[in-house]
Amino acid sequence: MQTNPPYKTSRGMSDYQIKMAFIMPTMILLILMNIFPLLWSLYLSFHRYKASMPTPAKFIGVRNYARLLQDPEIWGYFQTTAYFVVLAVAAQFLIGFGLALLLNREFRYKGFITTLFLLPMMLSPVVVGLFWRFILFSDNSGLLNFFLSPVLKSPIGWTTNPKVAMLAVVIVDTWMWSPFMMLIALAGLSAVPKYLYEAADVDRASAWFKFRWITLPLVSPLLLIALLFRTMDAFKMFDIVYVLTREGGPGTATETVSMNLYKLAFRNYNTGKACAMAYVLLIIIVALSNIYVKYLNRVKGEA
Amino acid sequence: MKSVRISLVLALILAFAFISATKADNHQSQSLTIVWAEWAPADYLQELSKDFTAETGIAVDVIQIPWPSFQDKVFTAFVGKSDLYDIVIGDSQWLGRNSQGKNYINLTDWINENIDVDAIYGPAMTAFAEYPKGSGTYWALPAEVDAAGYVYRKDLFEDPKEMAAFEKKYGYALAPPKTYDQLRDIAEFFTRPDDDLYGIATWYSKEYDGITMGFQQVMWSFGGTYGDADTYKVAGHLNSEDAAKALEFYTNLLEFAPPDAPNYYWSETLNAYNSGKVAMAMNYFAFFPGVLNPEVNKISHDKSGFFIAPAGPKGHYISIGGQGMSISSYSKNKDLAKQYMKWFMQKPVQEKWAALGGFTPHKEVLQSDTFKMATPFNEAFAASFPYLRDFWAVPEYAELLEACQTNWNEAISKIKSPKEALDAIARKHEEIFEDAGYYD
Repeated sequence: MQTNPPYKTSRGMSDYQIKMAFIMPTMILLILMNIFPLLWSLYLSFHRYKASMPTPAKFIGVRNYARLLQDPEIWGYFQTTAYFVVLAVAAQFLIGFGLALLLNREFRYKGFITTLFLLPMMLSPVVVGLFWRFILFSDNSGLLNFFLSPVLKSPIGWTTNPKVAMLAVVIVDTWMWSPFMMLIALAGLSAVPKYLYEAADVDRASAWFKFRWITLPLVSPLLLIALLFRTMDAFKMFDIVYVLTREGGPGTATETVSMNLYKLAFRNYNTGKACAMAYVLLIIIVALSNIYVKYLNRVKGEA
Repeated sequence: MKSVRISLVLALILAFAFISATKADNHQSQSLTIVWAEWAPADYLQELSKDFTAETGIAVDVIQIPWPSFQDKVFTAFVGKSDLYDIVIGDSQWLGRNSQGKNYINLTDWINENIDVDAIYGPAMTAFAEYPKGSGTYWALPAEVDAAGYVYRKDLFEDPKEMAAFEKKYGYALAPPKTYDQLRDIAEFFTRPDDDLYGIATWYSKEYDGITMGFQQVMWSFGGTYGDADTYKVAGHLNSEDAAKALEFYTNLLEFAPPDAPNYYWSETLNAYNSGKVAMAMNYFAFFPGVLNPEVNKISHDKSGFFIAPAGPKGHYISIGGQGMSISSYSKNKDLAKQYMKWFMQKPVQEKWAALGGFTPHKEVLQSDTFKMATPFNEAFAASFPYLRDFWAVPEYAELLEACQTNWNEAISKIKSPKEALDAIARKHEEIFEDAGYYD
């Protein structure tokens, strides 16, 4: 079989060279900004190293990892994070999907109302944290305690009571991110073919039957993607905790792994240990994502 | 095509000329950048520096960073070797880290040749300038000397009805407390939640150094210490019975504080006092000008008195505040910075610094009647000096501080008992010292 020789421009650049010329800037950028820091931080995780000190990195094997995995406080931060992820993502899923079901019909001002629901998602987490901290959750002058005062003996310590503080963080994160869940679910719902419901109506199927056997199977792949995004994002929770409960207080009641990682890396400048912790976090997120993706593929196959 | 090329060349020439002109302009107008926390003394320094600009033509810009992120921002700039700041006015605890980390330049020779060290209040020089302590090696000059103190509502304390009721209940006269037991009694006496009045506001916050600065002076006065300064052994010192009693006392004070007191840092404490919510409030003296400002404190700006932190059963110690003035190793204006610091330490400048509201480290100015009478709180501030103590100033101080902040905040939140919290800190501190090679 005869193949055409590679086309050459008048200046002598082959197709391959042109392709490389287009790809190389991106490749170089990726290597410099992503691959190199990833490998460098892996290297540092096996060293005693402080970015704030001029002393060179000293190889200490897996000591950083051993110290981390043996530290009960670190496991406490992981537990706090897991507790937050489960509560927040579950609440966002239920509220978001519920709102999407309500909005998935024709009514007046639908577009305007949908936009209103999306507003919290568009705000900066720091602004949201401050807004809730001063306006709504303040023990003395917060609106929530004001409205609850007729039924409460004393104000709720939203950010000062260790038993309530996590709930406060979950409420804020749910307020902010349920619209994201709603948006994805709404996209899924509007893509379900109408004729399926019409056929079910002909067969006199119940509302629950239609939801269970038509809506849910067709929307679930998109819902799982939304869950995956939210789980990964919730696992990295930092900004709202930093602002709302002042660095994870009271005590360590709302101190997530990312919050602790920030302190380790940028306050204590314990760079080696912080790199090791970042890798532990990365492995957990990758593992969780894999479980989700496998489940997603199974659901897609069933659908 | 030719015209495009000519245009490109012309554009390049113009850009080069513009950059050169900008650079030349930068060289012509000299300026200094000072970084400090966001508070009133930084405003005073900006005001004071106008005189320096008038004398030398060198512009001075005092950049203010909010307290909770002050350390993080400055240290991040150091890690990036940024020349953004010429002079850094940093906490006393920063000395170890920034001297060993080579972020501050060594000023020993320059100070010995250019500054009259004898004119500076000795403990201030040790706390804010010298590292290691007692070595005679200087990395800074004291800029602002501060101490923790208390403000109280004179209208409540001097009300005859309140005085009689207090004496009847506790058996002694109502007056600014001299001991922590008296402080507790007075806090209890004025706690009236139905009237939205509480006894005390003090620092419990987990932010930056909040609860540590508030509690450590109580711990010291009850007999606890951070550890042995020679051997760096912590167990038995920090988690002693005395320290546990102190933490229990500090936790119990929360009963007489507003409901949101576990989050109180300097601004929340001041707000609680200025809004008439508390009878007494602890803060650093440098924050007290706001208490006397009728626009900020409409309730008690003219009815406020001040007292020094009380004594405990086993001593009298007060948390040192204030900062030293250091030169960043990455500054391109080191000579200008030295010129400014030399100017700043002159007696007439220090007198003006004190008159503006700054807490001068100049011995003569500090001890003068003019200084003591300058504000209603200067006398109490000056009286605090013999009792000042500091946190560890070693390079690992941030990690040590973090362990204290977290565990003490857990103790006041009842997540851990005082003993559990102190044991956890002692364990963590020894681990940090061990990792840093202090026990080798």
